[in-house]
Amino acid sequence: MSDHEYTPSSKFGKWFNDRLPLLTLANHLTDYPTPKNLNYWWTFGGILTFCLITQIVTGLVLAMHYIAHADMAFSSVEHIMRDVNYGWLLRYVHANGASMFFLAVYIHIFRSLFYGSYKSPREIIWILGIIIYLLMMAAAFMGYVLPWGQMSFWGATVITNLFSAIPLAGESITTWLWGGYSVDNPTLTRFFTLHYLIPFLILGLVVLHIWALHVPGNNNPVGIDIKKPSKDTVPFHPYIVIKDAFALLMFCIVFALFVFYQPNILGHADNYIEADPLVTPAHIVPEWYLLPFYAILRSVPDKLMGVVAMLSAILILAALPWLDTSKVRSAVFRPLFRQFYWILVADVLILGYVGAMPAEGLYLLIARVATAYYFAHFLIILPVLGWKEKTTPLPLSITEPVLGGSPNLAAVRSDEKIEKTIK
Amino acid sequence: MRKLKNIFFVLIFSVIVLNSTNSAEKSPPFLETKWTFKGLFGKFDRASLQRGYQVYTEVCASCHSMKYLTYRNLAEKGGPEFSEAEAKAIAASFEVKDGPDSTGEMFVRPAKLSDKFVMPYANEQEAKAANGGAYPPDMSVLVKARKGGADYIYSLLLGYSEPPEGVELDDGVYYNKYMYGNKIKMPAPLSDDLIEYTDGTKATAEQMSKDITNFLMWSAEPHLEQRHKTGFRVIAYLIILTVLVYFTMKKIWSRVEPKV
Repeated sequence: MSDHEYTPSSKFGKWFNDRLPLLTLANHLTDYPTPKNLNYWWTFGGILTFCLITQIVTGLVLAMHYIAHADMAFSSVEHIMRDVNYGWLLRYVHANGASMFFLAVYIHIFRSLFYGSYKSPREIIWILGIIIYLLMMAAAFMGYVLPWGQMSFWGATVITNLFSAIPLAGESITTWLWGGYSVDNPTLTRFFTLHYLIPFLILGLVVLHIWALHVPGNNNPVGIDIKKPSKDTVPFHPYIVIKDAFALLMFCIVFALFVFYQPNILGHADNYIEADPLVTPAHIVPEWYLLPFYAILRSVPDKLMGVVAMLSAILILAALPWLDTSKVRSAVFRPLFRQFYWILVADVLILGYVGAMPAEGLYLLIARVATAYYFAHFLIILPVLGWKEKTTPLPLSITEPVLGGSPNLAAVRSDEKIEKTIK
Repeated sequence: MRKLKNIFFVLIFSVIVLNSTNSAEKSPPFLETKWTFKGLFGKFDRASLQRGYQVYTEVCASCHSMKYLTYRNLAEKGGPEFSEAEAKAIAASFEVKDGPDSTGEMFVRPAKLSDKFVMPYANEQEAKAANGGAYPPDMSVLVKARKGGADYIYSLLLGYSEPPEGVELDDGVYYNKYMYGNKIKMPAPLSDDLIEYTDGTKATAEQMSKDITNFLMWSAEPHLEQRHKTGFRVIAYLIILTVLVYFTMKKIWSRVEPKV
């Protein structure tokens, strides 16, 4: 980090900082030079940190009242909803918070895809992000099992059964995961334990994610390297802090609309029926944020290959920095990539949609085409685009984004001034 | 680019159309009613909740339990709001098994406000045996446990009819156009003047269906009124704060030149 030397002004501060440089860290975070052209898509990092903390705090209080037992879990959730002071609020914030968390993480990921934030020198930040995302899915899945409703139980059954597709050891692994011969009380208690653990693992990884970010600094919409600090950057505080705060508040309004006015719309009605191992629901559907992967899983006729395809769909993202061969980061200067980017967005939305539908007929066909395209995007289109695509000229700096490359910048600037005065 | 966007929209549109035609075949649209609990300031109709409790206790309760409710809930704010004396009297009209007492014997006593609603059957097996093998579901959170919620429950209660030609029904199975698969083991539970409302309201099937659905909505979401009230305040607060932060942001960023 290219921070200037920092010396606390007070004597005690200096004494303390020499022993534990917390003040240097605080100073680094305050002064951290940030590109000044960051748009609102860049505010989701802060929003995600807020989501994580909200989930941890509400989850902590919920865990004080929840009982992880197959016979009591469902009624303990009803106890929270009815008798615990503001229990309904805590639970609805926590349940909808998971959806909001994923909404934000998908925007965050797709922002990264659009502006090429995963490219050198930010590969480690990206891979840490993928690990966080995987852990989020694990935490969300196990959390959904805890109320012990019908969808909890059968969702857990379907997902844990996937492990039985592993050759030779599959059956034993599944039994080991369950702690018995079916999803039952031991499964619930271990899911609860892991659901409590994972957020703290995520928190640790988030610290690494931010640490890794602060080495090269933020990417930006133009996607070019910038000098830091320079006239292209602003200090993190107050500029980025206030902008993040504004975006976070907008996000909270949407969040509050769900919590207070449509708290169950993102859930499934069947989960208000207590788990019954003898009654299978007509359609077993995961939460919306897992649907694209569920569609990929079901689009492959073979169980093992389906699981492989689903896992690859996520893990392929980790290889993205090397699959995308283009040296230009931002899609702003990649006209062809931009089109394929939007096709990918549509493809993932379609996958999500068919994931919620029964896997038959036309839906299955669409799912298969969309799955094939998903992989083609990463394995064929991106590598080829890197060689073939003619990118538009990059600007020299953020301050001259449109007129970049002009040999006579001073002349251009004076032209601008003249234009402004005319207006 | 534009071409691709068009293809994208056509795809999405066709998928939506495909879906809507598909689901239209499955079940008819729900019957329309005005619910007072919907909307930004939605509240329960107190009188309707009290009548709904009467429908529950005189009709539904002979088969359906409501095991997550306690008698004190009936007097709580945001619910039917019976007076405490009324709720106590309601509770006392039921008997619960308690004990063991100091001699080790179980005994029966009148229910108190702190007791859960008394269940019609001792266990699931007894309930099934008494109902031709079908288990009458617990109704505490029933509204939230069915797709379509209150509209579905209301429509189902009024959705009984003779089966259309070609539909064979076994003994003890009834035709209901809103039920999944159209076959239901519960006979039509409500008919005009089945009960006599204590407040003098005419007990039509529609009225009773509406009242019981209101009651079930409350039992599934007992804090709905508080939620709406708090929600409005929270969102109003957030909007004001957002506006203030927006202007603060504009002021702070006005120092940055040139604009980007």
